[in-house]
Amino acid sequence: MKFGVVRFPGSCDEVDAQLACQRVGEAVILWHRDRDLQDVDAVVIPGGFSYGDYLRAGAIARFAPVMEEVAAFARSGGLVLGICNGFQVLCEAGLLPGALLPNTSLRFIFRQVELQVVSDDSPFTRACAPGDRLSIPVKHTTGRYYAPPEQLAELEARRQVLLRYAPGENPNGSLDDIAGVCNETRNVFGLMPHPEHAVDPLLGPTGGLPIFESMRAHVEQHVLA
Amino acid sequence: MAGGSSAAGAGTARHRDLGLTDAEYELILAGLGREPSDTELAMLSLMWSEHCAYKHSRKLLRRLPTEGPAVLMGPGENAGVVDVGGGLGVAFKVESHNHPSAVEPFQGAATGVGGILRDVFAVGARPIAVLDSLRFGEPAQSERSRYLLEHAVGGIGHYGNSIGVPTVGGEIYFEPSYEQNCLVNAMCLGLAPHERLIRSAAAGPGNVLVLLGALTGRDGIGGASVLASAELGEADEAKRPSVQIGDPFAEKKLLECCLELLDSELLVSLQDLGAAGLTSSSSEMAAKGGVGLDIDCAKVPQREPGMEPFEIMVSESQERMLCVVEPDRVAEVVAVCERWETLATAIGEVTDSGRLRVLSGGEVVADLPVGILVDDCPLYDLEPAPPSTPLYPSAPAVLRGDEAPGETLLALLGSANIASRRPVFEQYDPVVQSRTVRRPDDADAAVLVLPTGEAIAVAIDGNGRRVACDPRRGAAEAVYECAANLACVGATPLGLTNCLNFGNPEKPHVAWQLTEAVAGITEACAALDVPVVGGNVSLYNEAPTGPIFPTPVIGMVGRLADPARTGRLGFASQDDVIALVGDLGGAAAEGSELAKLRGEPISGPLPTIDAEAIRAAHGRVRSLIAAGAVHTAHDVAEGGLAVALAECCVAGGIGATVRLPDGIDPFAEAPGRAFVVAGPEAALDGLPVIGRVGGDALEIEGLLKLAVSEMRRVRDRGLAQFL
Repeated sequence: MKFGVVRFPGSCDEVDAQLACQRVGEAVILWHRDRDLQDVDAVVIPGGFSYGDYLRAGAIARFAPVMEEVAAFARSGGLVLGICNGFQVLCEAGLLPGALLPNTSLRFIFRQVELQVVSDDSPFTRACAPGDRLSIPVKHTTGRYYAPPEQLAELEARRQVLLRYAPGENPNGSLDDIAGVCNETRNVFGLMPHPEHAVDPLLGPTGGLPIFESMRAHVEQHVLA
Repeated sequence: MAGGSSAAGAGTARHRDLGLTDAEYELILAGLGREPSDTELAMLSLMWSEHCAYKHSRKLLRRLPTEGPAVLMGPGENAGVVDVGGGLGVAFKVESHNHPSAVEPFQGAATGVGGILRDVFAVGARPIAVLDSLRFGEPAQSERSRYLLEHAVGGIGHYGNSIGVPTVGGEIYFEPSYEQNCLVNAMCLGLAPHERLIRSAAAGPGNVLVLLGALTGRDGIGGASVLASAELGEADEAKRPSVQIGDPFAEKKLLECCLELLDSELLVSLQDLGAAGLTSSSSEMAAKGGVGLDIDCAKVPQREPGMEPFEIMVSESQERMLCVVEPDRVAEVVAVCERWETLATAIGEVTDSGRLRVLSGGEVVADLPVGILVDDCPLYDLEPAPPSTPLYPSAPAVLRGDEAPGETLLALLGSANIASRRPVFEQYDPVVQSRTVRRPDDADAAVLVLPTGEAIAVAIDGNGRRVACDPRRGAAEAVYECAANLACVGATPLGLTNCLNFGNPEKPHVAWQLTEAVAGITEACAALDVPVVGGNVSLYNEAPTGPIFPTPVIGMVGRLADPARTGRLGFASQDDVIALVGDLGGAAAEGSELAKLRGEPISGPLPTIDAEAIRAAHGRVRSLIAAGAVHTAHDVAEGGLAVALAECCVAGGIGATVRLPDGIDPFAEAPGRAFVVAGPEAALDGLPVIGRVGGDALEIEGLLKLAVSEMRRVRDRGLAQFL
């Protein structure tokens, strides 16, 4: 399968994401001004500080030409994974519910955190089992997940929360320890932790790998089959 | 220049306002044969500042060894480069941004990081790691120091995190002598294939000078002379406009743009704009290439209207680079820059005149021989004299001296200088770029895997208190300590960079500290066969209360063959046996952290240095790690053996039972000389075994027994309480 990783000016973790994707498939970089998604099977919006995160994290990137195509790709059922800044961009673009607010500490925080898989019913977590713990680092200033109470109740009812911070591990004050949510049709997923920084045993725990493996398994079963 | 003649004394003292002495001004008059224009004088005053001309340190620095088999670029380029095999080079350099950070810590520290990043990509290397060395006053007593700490750390994180370069290490010390004059030193490492390395020498008359990056504004005017080359005083608030403002997003684009320009082989030479802005970068490029340059400053894209030529020439606006391009490649350069949304403007050309000419529209506003800017600043001999009375008061005592050993160990673990650095490191991204094998707190040095499958290690060190006690041995210790940190991860040193932070060199006792420290570094480099490939000098770090501790900061890069076999500092395995490598016999209380907590005088002597024994100990630890024979290696530094053992316990979450060898004071210090290692008994053959890993407490027989959880709690709180 072929992943496409978007590069905005100010993206920082796009090469990391590409390396992680290459552990399970091919991966190309998609330039923010290009509208051609190069026939990829899945899109990754990577971490970093797109357009300097000026105005508001992710607020400018959603207007990039490539994002129009990514939105169309998502509407047609394509897999889109947003990591950290990518999660912020997808929320700003309305492709995911809720918003990311500044951490309760108001500081950037890097920490290796334990996540709990809430649902394996998604193309991003199908290689896991509910209750599995994944060790993945977080690194952000604006990662506190928020949604209004009614929307939060809907998310829970539809089992759109795929990952939570394990008890005592919430680094940013996210509501209900939410670390990652998907859209209603379960093909767009955003999370604040960085799975691409948890795939190589030489560099640390490999809790991020199941997410990329899940995506490959989904694409091989439903798209390439 | 006795008596100061006519021109210097008469009419105007404008040169004095710009930091030039009367004698220096006389030299300028003699060299030019006329009075300089306002623009010329502004340019000269900056180029002849301590910060740019190294006029009080250059003669001393010539003593440092700079050659070695791995050196690809030595001092004089934007950064030094060492060969790491497989056709790759690692560029690195440390630089200070002390005075800007004392005036405005967030932007001062942020632009310190920005500046050192540009030094590294100016030689064609992609920045792959940042480390920081910070010094502040006592956080418990000083609200100002807590403020400086919080905002300097914030600024470093803001810049490094946003630009996607991991911060992989660093160190912080708190001492009263840094109360007014904090230190912010930033080190950057970059990686480049040999063929992409580029020098800064301008070449080829007729070639075009292109300015890349941000608009030029009125920020940072006179930073090098006003801030960096004079003592801090009362009215520093008013100097805030001299501090530059950083924009990491602009730098990120500039960085990617420059690397793409180099990959496409579009540049003849490249240079960053740092202190003294366009003046310094252009004159250095011209001097290195033996050419001249014509610059039309009206063509420089400006952030605000009505800027004077001198302002354009000395502005320290950030995120700018200067390059030389062949005329028929300019369009391609502009196209690459457009792709990265980075300005590229032809502002002049290379000439064969040997002169730096500045035009403004049609008018020539400066016309100086390049040599007078770069080479003719007088170099001063220091007049060193050891101080006759102690320079530094003792820190206020927080321990009486009759505490039980367990209480003493807890006090050390909780002291701001030894406590966990995690509250700081957690504000930095250590993993971006997917190279980081050892993060801060994992090991004594950071380890980064290379595309070749091998790895490099890097550490930064410099305990100013010990240099204050004994400048020669203290500075040598900083080198040994840094190499010891590399040994703990199995790395052999390739080269080092240093930042010499000292007080006013015109004062004999500071001159003595500087001279002795350089001698100590030189001796240690020779003993370890480690060349100095670049560095920086920061002088005049004084407040009305006196000079800072003499603080040479050493950043060292080493190489190891197998990143899968590198060290950790935490005890790993129940039943591992603990041994000592190296000699702690000479360790002493003088200059130690415990002496500080007890309010003892800042005085030596420090333990003698047996270079041969140190080499052997480092080599032994390296081979134990490389063989995969041990799980744990940690050098014995601040707080002595007891603190080293406690750190191994806390990092590993497991206890140990230890019996100290006869005659070893558990809190005495002799940094760089000895190590705690732990592994299976068979692997430690021939080493003095001192104990065994296991349990949930550290027990030093006959002395103390402390729960690991208690030590962790105290150690975690020591610095966190101030942030």
